[in-house]
Amino acid sequence: MELTYEVEGGNFSKAGHASSSIKKVLKQLNVDPKVVKRVVVALYEAEVNVVAHAYNGIITARVEQGSVSIEVRDQGPGIPDIPLAMQAGYSTASAKVREMGFGAGMGLPNMKKNVDVLNISSQVGVGTRVELITYF
Amino acid sequence: MLNESFYHALNVNTDQCTGCTHCMMKCPTSAIRIRDGKATIRQDWCVDCGECMRACPVDAIYVAQDDFARIFDFKVRVALLPAVFFGQFADTVSDERIHAAVQEIGFTHVCQVEQTADVITRRMVQAQGEMPDKPLISPFCPAIVRLIQVRFPALVDHIIPIKPPIDATSILYKQMLIGQGIDESDIGLFYVTPCAAKIAAVKSPVGEKQSVINGVINMDFLYNKVQQLLIQQPDVGQGMALEIPPIPHKGALWSLTNGEADRMQGRCLAIDEIHNVIELLDQLETTDQITDVDFLELRGCDEGCAGGVLMSRNRFLIVERLRKKTLSMKDGSLTDNPAYGAALDYLDEHLTLDEIHPRSIQAFGADVGQALKKMQQARNLMCYLPGIDCGACGAPNCQSLAEDITRREANLSHCIFLQRTMEKHRKLSSDHAIRIIEKTWGKDRLDKDCRKKGAKYEGK
Repeated sequence: MELTYEVEGGNFSKAGHASSSIKKVLKQLNVDPKVVKRVVVALYEAEVNVVAHAYNGIITARVEQGSVSIEVRDQGPGIPDIPLAMQAGYSTASAKVREMGFGAGMGLPNMKKNVDVLNISSQVGVGTRVELITYF
Repeated sequence: MLNESFYHALNVNTDQCTGCTHCMMKCPTSAIRIRDGKATIRQDWCVDCGECMRACPVDAIYVAQDDFARIFDFKVRVALLPAVFFGQFADTVSDERIHAAVQEIGFTHVCQVEQTADVITRRMVQAQGEMPDKPLISPFCPAIVRLIQVRFPALVDHIIPIKPPIDATSILYKQMLIGQGIDESDIGLFYVTPCAAKIAAVKSPVGEKQSVINGVINMDFLYNKVQQLLIQQPDVGQGMALEIPPIPHKGALWSLTNGEADRMQGRCLAIDEIHNVIELLDQLETTDQITDVDFLELRGCDEGCAGGVLMSRNRFLIVERLRKKTLSMKDGSLTDNPAYGAALDYLDEHLTLDEIHPRSIQAFGADVGQALKKMQQARNLMCYLPGIDCGACGAPNCQSLAEDITRREANLSHCIFLQRTMEKHRKLSSDHAIRIIEKTWGKDRLDKDCRKKGAKYEGK
């Protein structure tokens, strides 16, 4: 089953819409609550990243028996140095964004911690594609 | 996942029910359907919050209570009265007179439910230091505990496993009476409840094997009896030197909004009204907005227990009166009362709740593979349903109808809009369409009836 959501860059009040909706689906499927929590934490981080850094994005979740794979693809500035971005605490967020409680530099590390597979590819000036796979 | 059957206090009086959808539309767990013109409640989804009863325009939903005469089966008859009961009476009616009236009606003892609040608070604060999953959630409101079990099963570990005042106080009081040499079989503890959820909690407790409470009396029933007595016998309790044991001031306010949150440590939020609670729990599960909160006081009713479905007076006035009354009462703690003595130690050992288990709503069944198929089927069905959420199919919204269809509990032709389309394409005769509607809404439901609510001869 495939679920698709659009994400609007800069709209923090809507951040979490896709995560919330996918959470609902996984709960209805009786996926183990601990797994649901991990998926949702990771996806929420990814969603907020798009809102904080990109112009817009598309989230596509594929739910199958035994796994959920989510692709987050955005049009945005891209990540110049992925290994650096993966370091805990490293952040490019502006002061304005930090003031809103975002941008602690834990986004990608948190995602990695919570999913079974994390793939990132990015092109500076074009956008980023993040793939999150969780097995259950 | 436990497969227990739960007692529910909310019932539909099918003679009264007109099948109007008000309750169905308000139910926070989508547990109500209309069949044969009457509301039916899905027992395993109901959390006894009482929203349906509040929404019913014809009082067709009622709370089953124990027969009042049952109190006379016992020699010692204890009325366990929550503080909100007293907040319903005018300022001029003293607590002494209320106590006297309750005794005049037949009880031998009046016991204030919130007197154990301090003991409980101490243990809950202690738990705050011991439980890793933040925010911790109050175990006080049984509708919320059940809501978490069925809709937020991942959060059951956040509920503090300490018994709420009603359970703690009944254990303490019973133990005290036994200590006075009274035979256990002579003691009848009757809880006067402001809501349906508390009755269900007594009849089938969560995290406790069996309640020590012998019966439950609806608060509106006792309020009416006391009020009548106070009017008919104005001198009741007058000049009586009734000794009301001191109650901790803050404890008396425990069941009101902020009654617990004010006393816990760290960042505490108090949220009342079940839809507000659902919104918060949804956010708690998804976003990181709620992560630095230490304690959540969650109540199913607006203004806490003052807004319970069995309360007879305006909830805002009850809150105001109770706050004022409390200030004029003698402040004291349980340990000041020598009568309790050893019973307090007993309570201390019996204050912990057993594990609370999740029992999630399984709209598509327990098996993930099957559920996935059914969910896809429901998504397909949603392509055809109009998304108007009118309730005319007997389900609260199109999504619920789609889910019902996947469980073979309904058909697409239950949708009145799809019926028109089917008729247009000659797939359904108009006679058949009427028969379907009558199945949902009852026979003759569409006939002219001038006595219905709002019609020309209403009530005649």
